[in-house]
Amino acid sequence: MSFSIIGTGMYVPPKIVTNDDLSALVDTSDEWIRQRVGVERRHICTDETATDLACKAALNALENSGCAPEELDVIIAATVSGDMVSPSVSCMVQRRIGADCFAFDINAACSAFIFMLDTAAGFFERGRVKKALIIGTEQMSKIVDWKDRGTCVIFGDGAGAVVLEAGEGYIDSVLTTKGGDEVIKIPHFIGKSPYSTQKPQEPYIFMEGQETFKYAVNAMCSDIRKLLSDNNLTADDIAMIVPHQANKRIIDLAAARLKIPAEKFYVNIQDYGNTSSASIPIALDELSRAGGLKRGDLIILTAFGGGLSNASCIIKWQ
Amino acid sequence: MVLEKIRELIADKIDCEPGTITEETKFSDLGIDSLDVTELVMSIEDEFNIELEIDASMVAVSDLIKAVESKIK
Repeated sequence: MSFSIIGTGMYVPPKIVTNDDLSALVDTSDEWIRQRVGVERRHICTDETATDLACKAALNALENSGCAPEELDVIIAATVSGDMVSPSVSCMVQRRIGADCFAFDINAACSAFIFMLDTAAGFFERGRVKKALIIGTEQMSKIVDWKDRGTCVIFGDGAGAVVLEAGEGYIDSVLTTKGGDEVIKIPHFIGKSPYSTQKPQEPYIFMEGQETFKYAVNAMCSDIRKLLSDNNLTADDIAMIVPHQANKRIIDLAAARLKIPAEKFYVNIQDYGNTSSASIPIALDELSRAGGLKRGDLIILTAFGGGLSNASCIIKWQ
Repeated sequence: MVLEKIRELIADKIDCEPGTITEETKFSDLGIDSLDVTELVMSIEDEFNIELEIDASMVAVSDLIKAVESKIK
């Protein structure tokens, strides 16, 4: 027994920042950003936080699913850009949407959405839950260095959510971690203890671009090959691959190396930027509402990022 | 041999004459950015069955040759 996805939802803050807007802030250009990352515009928070985005995406998904908040048995959320360390995003969502189930967050950076699905699968397998709400939410604008033209152009804010119920839609998954902070790192504020001898670090996202690119492409290729092979499937059996929207060139190179047509990879990074844990559920919601998926379709979700962790899964659309 | 292979891979990617690429050629002169260089490194890793470290110091074909030769010794 695993789960089926019965509802999807998303929310992005209304303020849109274009590449031209960013060219006024840092030394960059629309052409460079499009060519290098594939982003054209992104949504950026003004007065909303990751929790606000999460609540709206959650209500959106609940409405889509026809499930009431009181019916939920668990809420799991993920963010690397939350307003508070505690209470977690999931706890605040629980309070604000009027649910009364247990709730907790996980930290798996950009791979978190699939780590959350896999965690939820365990709860369903044990019969511990019958309905679950899973949310990826990010206010990346809070943790980018707006003076660093290498990173501030990439990311965007947003939240995506899915509602799950007991079913047989979670076919297989692969989760991998290569622990280390040399390639991607987001330090916490180190505090002001008078006794600390630690060196202060800027609490912004740091990414070694080339190593990140190489890791991401290799991870996506390896995961997709493994899932297909372990399940006796070929790319022809898969209706759509929904990758984490980190950089269009990662997706393009992975598609080329896998020899899978580019059309099979859902891409919306041009409109949202890299929204970390929110990118896959936002893409899923867009795809679903546009009628891009039909019952019985097999889809692959594939993510990679800080940790370093990568995670991918096959889902049968219900 | 390594130079030959690198020439082939670059020429394939940017559609130019392999003969125009020398050890001294800088990647920026070829109009390829650091992500293109990363892709090139990945192809070379596959070709020679090695693993290379990439960073911003790899600016010319000679840097790539040096890195490859140190791994295949």
